[in-house]
Amino acid sequence: MAVKDYIRKRFFPHMWCPGCGHGIVLNALLRAVEQLGMSKNEIVMVSGIGCSSRISGYVDFHTLHTIHGRALAFATGVKLSRPELNLIVPMGDGDALSIGGNHFIHAARRNIDITAIVMNNRIYGMTGGQYSPLSGYGTLATTAPYKNIDHDFDVVDLSVAAGASFVARSTTYHVRHLADIIKDAVLHEGFSVVEVLSQCPTYFGRKNKMGGAAEMMELFKKNTTPIGSKAKKENPELTERGIFVRNEIPEYCSEYDKIIEKAGGQIKERL
Amino acid sequence: MGKPKLKEHIINRDWCKGCGICIHFCPKSVLELDEQDKAVAVRPEDCICCRLCELRCPDLAIEVETEEPKDEAGNKEAGSKN
Repeated sequence: MAVKDYIRKRFFPHMWCPGCGHGIVLNALLRAVEQLGMSKNEIVMVSGIGCSSRISGYVDFHTLHTIHGRALAFATGVKLSRPELNLIVPMGDGDALSIGGNHFIHAARRNIDITAIVMNNRIYGMTGGQYSPLSGYGTLATTAPYKNIDHDFDVVDLSVAAGASFVARSTTYHVRHLADIIKDAVLHEGFSVVEVLSQCPTYFGRKNKMGGAAEMMELFKKNTTPIGSKAKKENPELTERGIFVRNEIPEYCSEYDKIIEKAGGQIKERL
Repeated sequence: MGKPKLKEHIINRDWCKGCGICIHFCPKSVLELDEQDKAVAVRPEDCICCRLCELRCPDLAIEVETEEPKDEAGNKEAGSKN
């Protein structure tokens, strides 16, 4: 199937701003799904609220556009009732880690087979550029005109600590790498987190004088390096990209089936 | 397989928002913005079919179509598009 067969063309051109990194995440995700040779009926995309969450309207999978921060809770319900489907949950940085922070860490702790894609553009774009838990110390936002004094989360460290069994990071500049990582994350059995550094030229870029979309992507190239590279040892300021954790630990749905069996119940026939 | 040969750049002018990402990152400077701020291939002869414009386009507005490569016997190989 061609990439364009996976989208709902009637909703294009999409509503994201010119140069928005979320469009590149959509592009990479479609290519990952195409390379995996998956059919549209095998995938359920569940999203919350925000610019990033609008992605579920554009893909022609089974899609659920749910409430702010709670996409993982809805996805957990879908996965438990239909474990044979592949769940993908794209989330913004605020959606995933502030409004949905608790859902996020507990889904990771349970190790339920869901792929969470954190589209990190470091800002609440849809509501006008308020700072998010990932904006970082010293950045500017419409609600931090003098500078932001909040420190940011490290999504990778947080996910590892919460128990996610697959944790990776990529950027919208490294598109081929991003598609490969999404493929690995979807194939992994367990809770997978992919953090994607994405650009918001409209709010984060403009407020922080980072230039346009292409210039922001140049910064992803300049400021990131593969895990454990020589460059990282020389310059610890660099952000690492790649797969940080890939553990084989018991998955939640299969463990749940064992409990049903132990209690003398019948496991529903998988379709 | 051999080198892919360019057929054409298919640019969806309704979807292109003129962000300039494809132009900025094209290794051969094939693309430019026209007076309506839409990407156009002005030097298609320089294109090396790396598809970076297609992969990085946030609007899914550009596609690099290549000729079907021929194997040694001159027969067409199975579709190479996308």
